[in-house]
Amino acid sequence: MAEKIKKVLLLGSGGLKIGQAGEFDYSGSQAIKAMKEEKLEIILVNPNIATVQTDKGLADKVYFLPVRYEFVKQVIEKEKPEAIMLAFGGQTALNCGLELHEKGVLKKYGIKILGTSIRTIMKTEDRDLFVKELKKIKVKTPKSIAVSSKKQALTMIKKIGYPIIVRAAYSLGGQGSGFAKNQEQLEALLDTAFSYSKQVLLEESLKGWKEIEYEVVRDEYDNCVTVCNMENFDPLGVHTGESIVVAPSQTLNNREYHFLRSVGIKVMKHLGIVGEGNIQFALDPESLDYRVIEVNARLSRSSALASKATGYPLAYIAAKLGLGQKLWRIKNAITQKTTACFEPALDYVVVKFPRWDLNKFRKVNLEIGSEMKSVGEVMAIGRNFAEALQKAIRMLQTGSYGFTDWSFEFKNLAKEIRKPTPRRIFAIAKALEDGWSVKEIAKLSQIDPWFLYKLRQISEYRNEIHNLIKYLKFEKLDKYKSKTIKHIRNIYKKHTAFLIKGVKQKKRAIGILRQAKQLGYSDAQIGWYLMVNEREVRKLRKELGIIPVVKRIDTMAAEFPAKTNYLYFTYNGWENDIKATQKAKNKVVVLGSGPYCIGSSVEFDWCCVNTIRDFRKAGYETVMVNYNPETVSTDYDECDKLYFDELSEERVLDIWDQEKPNGIIISVGGQVPNNLALALNKSGVKILGTDPKNIDRAEDRHKFSSLLDMLQISQPQWKELTSIEKALAFAKKVGYPVLVRPSYVLSGMAMSVAFNKAHLRNYLDIATQISKEHPVVVSKFEVGAKEIEIDAVANQGDVLIYAIGEHIEHAGVHSGDATIALPGQKLYLETIRRIKRITKNIAQALKITGPFNIQFLAKANDIKVIECNLRASRSFPFSSKTTGYNFIKIAAQVMREDNKDEQYNTIDLDYIGVKAPQFSFSRLKGADPVLGVEMTSTGEVATIGDSLEEAFLKSMYAIGFQKPKKSIFVSLGPLEVKLDFISYFERLKALGYRIYATEKTTEVASKRGVKLQLLKLKFPKNQVKDHTQILNQFLSKNIELVINIPKSLNKKGATKGYYIRRATIDGNIPLINNLQVAKLIVRSLEKNPVLKIKSWDDYVDNYH
Amino acid sequence: MKAKLILEDKTVFEGESFGFEKAKTGEVVFNTGMVGYPESLTDPSYRGQILVLTYPLIGNYGIPATDKENGLAKYFESNRAQISGLVVADYSVNYNHWQATKSLGKFLQEQGIPAIFGVDTRALTKKLRSKGVMLGKIIFSADKKKSKLDFRDPNQENLVAQVCVKKPINYKPSKKISGNKYWKKPKRIVVVDCGVKNNILRSFLDFGLEVLRVPYDYDFTKEKCQGIFISNGPGDPMVNQQTIANIAKAFQGKKPIFGICLGNQLMALAAKAKTYKLKFGHRSQNQPCQEIGTSRCYLTSQNHGFVVAKNSLNRDWKPWFINVNDGTIEGIKHDNERFFAVQFHPEAFPGPQDTAWLIEKFVKML
Repeated sequence: MAEKIKKVLLLGSGGLKIGQAGEFDYSGSQAIKAMKEEKLEIILVNPNIATVQTDKGLADKVYFLPVRYEFVKQVIEKEKPEAIMLAFGGQTALNCGLELHEKGVLKKYGIKILGTSIRTIMKTEDRDLFVKELKKIKVKTPKSIAVSSKKQALTMIKKIGYPIIVRAAYSLGGQGSGFAKNQEQLEALLDTAFSYSKQVLLEESLKGWKEIEYEVVRDEYDNCVTVCNMENFDPLGVHTGESIVVAPSQTLNNREYHFLRSVGIKVMKHLGIVGEGNIQFALDPESLDYRVIEVNARLSRSSALASKATGYPLAYIAAKLGLGQKLWRIKNAITQKTTACFEPALDYVVVKFPRWDLNKFRKVNLEIGSEMKSVGEVMAIGRNFAEALQKAIRMLQTGSYGFTDWSFEFKNLAKEIRKPTPRRIFAIAKALEDGWSVKEIAKLSQIDPWFLYKLRQISEYRNEIHNLIKYLKFEKLDKYKSKTIKHIRNIYKKHTAFLIKGVKQKKRAIGILRQAKQLGYSDAQIGWYLMVNEREVRKLRKELGIIPVVKRIDTMAAEFPAKTNYLYFTYNGWENDIKATQKAKNKVVVLGSGPYCIGSSVEFDWCCVNTIRDFRKAGYETVMVNYNPETVSTDYDECDKLYFDELSEERVLDIWDQEKPNGIIISVGGQVPNNLALALNKSGVKILGTDPKNIDRAEDRHKFSSLLDMLQISQPQWKELTSIEKALAFAKKVGYPVLVRPSYVLSGMAMSVAFNKAHLRNYLDIATQISKEHPVVVSKFEVGAKEIEIDAVANQGDVLIYAIGEHIEHAGVHSGDATIALPGQKLYLETIRRIKRITKNIAQALKITGPFNIQFLAKANDIKVIECNLRASRSFPFSSKTTGYNFIKIAAQVMREDNKDEQYNTIDLDYIGVKAPQFSFSRLKGADPVLGVEMTSTGEVATIGDSLEEAFLKSMYAIGFQKPKKSIFVSLGPLEVKLDFISYFERLKALGYRIYATEKTTEVASKRGVKLQLLKLKFPKNQVKDHTQILNQFLSKNIELVINIPKSLNKKGATKGYYIRRATIDGNIPLINNLQVAKLIVRSLEKNPVLKIKSWDDYVDNYH
Repeated sequence: MKAKLILEDKTVFEGESFGFEKAKTGEVVFNTGMVGYPESLTDPSYRGQILVLTYPLIGNYGIPATDKENGLAKYFESNRAQISGLVVADYSVNYNHWQATKSLGKFLQEQGIPAIFGVDTRALTKKLRSKGVMLGKIIFSADKKKSKLDFRDPNQENLVAQVCVKKPINYKPSKKISGNKYWKKPKRIVVVDCGVKNNILRSFLDFGLEVLRVPYDYDFTKEKCQGIFISNGPGDPMVNQQTIANIAKAFQGKKPIFGICLGNQLMALAAKAKTYKLKFGHRSQNQPCQEIGTSRCYLTSQNHGFVVAKNSLNRDWKPWFINVNDGTIEGIKHDNERFFAVQFHPEAFPGPQDTAWLIEKFVKML
């Protein structure tokens, strides 16, 4: 079969959204590598420009186009591939493939589906078919009834009874689903579920059962293995994407493990999966009773996790099996000697922890349950559970030093343990500290007591560590004698040195410290109990000879030697798996991005991978540090050594000690490594690129503003906050609105616009809580200004290359949420000139060496600088792939002082790139879908066109926009917006649209002679939060697009606009919530450009 | 209490004791399986061996009850712990499982088995991998006579004699399933017990067979039966000359003969082939065995140190399964299709159940 196929079409997954994130960059990239080995020509469709898979050197041709039927069909017509792969682009690719099949496109062009067949996919996607299939082989599924109407559902419920789960069929990882305990809740759920799908399922509730997953690989000769099993720490009822997960399972005995494994294999064989699939089980905690919850006939988030957890390259193998290869003929990539037809034996434990960003959203429901809300995840490796879990907590980068460290208060501890939220783990920690029994906590949470025993062990060890104080002599402690411990802790950083008193004491101290490290305590955490800072703990620890060892992940628990360097640190061991480094050749360490979260996503992984690749090409030994299982950078074949471990000062210093590299790169992984710059530098680490002191001058708002003043560069008026009263006075002087923000932020954390005195007072409270070490700055908020960004690379202060992007939205929308056109389309030449000059001056002043990004405000030709980051920015891949110059490659060259004397033209392009944000509001129940200074998008796409409108429309389609056929609903908040939009109403009407609007908008339009259809919305009365009626009104009027421009966003309560926006999102109707974007939509609909099917090469013929 | 594992090359691994506190010696071997410690500890094939578990978290689900069915412990592979010692990295004092009745530590104390945790089992495994299995001993800091204990090679002893039944035992089929789809009249097999695992017996009984379990050196050739099974067991196969002779005699007959693990080696020896000792053996649940002449490869559970030499099989016998990782023979078959054996454990427990069809294949032939 494989001989006939020469050209394969691969579908990517598009913009990152909740439930479908970076893992598909990893799986797609591996698939391409596997296919290229077989000398196949690969055509890739993926509008996610920030991915590694869309890089040069992987696929033969890349189309930055929406993964949607209309577009892919045209790509097929143009490229005529012989085969297609649907398993590597998540649900998006799968759904697109199903549509291509249903509409006969695949048949028409004789395209073969590689891997699992469409028939099998349908059997796994349609619950009804799925249950029937499993019944045939006597495999149990939850009692479940498919219904197609609310009425039918309410009758059928009698067969199952409450509590019940409601699920929408064909949805992304549980969208439109939930638990109902009574009819009222059921009805509410049904309304949402039916808005996603015509088919809704009612299922028996198995709350409290264990949730177990197996990743299964099968070839077409029926060879079938389970590569990894995983157990959810949180019992069933919490979506597996929302769950803490361990691999391998911890509480299952042999009988359970292998019984479920056998059922899994039986199911996969019966369904006929070819390649990779995943099966989820519910297991009764008190018997062998089980249910199969779900089968995914494709690579999933879990398979990415399983790949990284075991070292087994699932996507690569799946691609090979899709081509008809025999599993046992494929080599195990880690040992390069044994076969891939085996099941990895782990000699470590892996903990996955989800990363949530719920506090970024207004009004979102904080409870976690059967729907996915997390935006990323981390994976920690240890030789015991405590070590791995504590690592994982720190890896989240949410400010915690470990299980014993949190900064919030629990009002109702029992409730916080019973009802999971992102902070449940700390509620458990608190309960253990308060002396609650494992039994009590287990009863409330239904978490297996085994996990809780292990957590208790961590918690109890606090006291031991604290007792260590007895053996220490503090140089400066005496004067605090009279104070309370709490007081001492507040000044603990002032202690500079401490000593051990005697020989016996020293031995005891070694015992305690070692055990603490074995339980995963970080130096900072230990420092907290010893009242010294983490550097002092490190010093003491090293003196006492307590240092971690490096262990290898080898898939075979040391049975065979590994050829790869996939590594982690542990204190639970004595022997290093790798030899101490001899400095033979140049070596560089690149720090990765950490978890995907709002503001840090696949683009930084792209930067890391490109940095590594370029250094590798230049003959360097490359060392990667990252712990995000959804990334390409954590593929062990991308670098010479991969440390799957923490991005903390402590761990990076361990790596520095172990590897002795020439230097460390902190400027390509986003804010997480960037934040380490100063601390690492102080500890003697050589940072490649810009001097960390200058990084601090750009990061610290106060220092940066002073610098701008010195350079006579204009900036919004600002003031450092020393007291609230002074800040209020300052705000009064410059006039509201003002922007409040702390230093060292990414994605506008705690950044807010205050429109009046009360707002400002409120925000200052929040902001000062977040950053104690860096001052908070209040600045004048400019209304109605344009925002412009420059991505650039400099060498010793000389700017080598730059790209200027223009935001479509006016200032006030976070740059991560902005739609960006490159090159800028409506910029005055003088504006560009000034921006270039300012950029040069800043680069000179900070002696920038490496990547950087500056954000500007422009009003007429008045240019103000609002932010400067001395690191690669979110838009680096976009700037690189649009201009045709790999900015990261150039940055890598200057960082290793390999200077090329080249000229770069990034201004005169014959085409336009547009980057658009991908939101996940439909996932976040109750969240208010608005744009503001807080970033809320979870991903992005970018497309290229011959005109702004073409590129823009392609981007809009890629993020889920549908061209309305007939009916549009418009609700414009502020009066000036209403007036501003009048002419656009006429233009839309001229295009034949029927425009519905709210009373006020209709009224204002009518006064100006534009007649709109009044739609009197039925807003919820009283305090009941329910916008179902509005949704029904939209549906009954066939509203295909909603334009809602909100007023001030700072009202706490739910506004009418909120209900409109929420109804739009919950009804799956495209929402436009920004005036400039709305106008551009109208212009684009008017212009109606041909959306050309052109590959990246067709636009950018030479990528450097 | 502190405890030490000392290897014959004088390497010392220190840890904490959690089992019976009496020094013991044995052959140190590692197993890479991630579940199934109650099954492994009681597997008679581990007789005389100090078992190192490479999976670090052990004891999580405790130890199940010692309930018996047909005189066989329901949740164990024999009626007692067989290993000489246990070495793990991270031991869970606190356990939780609906079937658990006691902790692993308590069980080992009751069974008189020493155990250590807190050992870098990966470092230990790497040593065994590169230097081959070694003799070792577990000693305790409180034990004054520690120097007295010499290394002893269990392979010099007749381990099989230690673990097998002393007299024949006849098992009636499990009542529920007696009579099945393959035959109308009840069938009977002889199981030559060289240290047979309970799950092998359970598997046969569950098929509705009557089983006569005889000691390893028992002359079974005269017994009334429809088939003969040669079991797994510990140690060097060459020690069991009487069994080999008996098997050679049985080869003269026409009854189906099936062997597992040691049974595979004994059948090979009875067929005049040779066996040798692997550097560190196969002890895991993930050994890929390819059925020669087919497209199939199976995941198998294994526990053996000796193996049939590749080119020593005479003409009537053919290699049947081959280990894809190291090319060793994992199964042999006579041209008459009635005599066959595998080196791995189709009965699983612990391990994958993918080759359970082999047991059925044998049963069907009776």
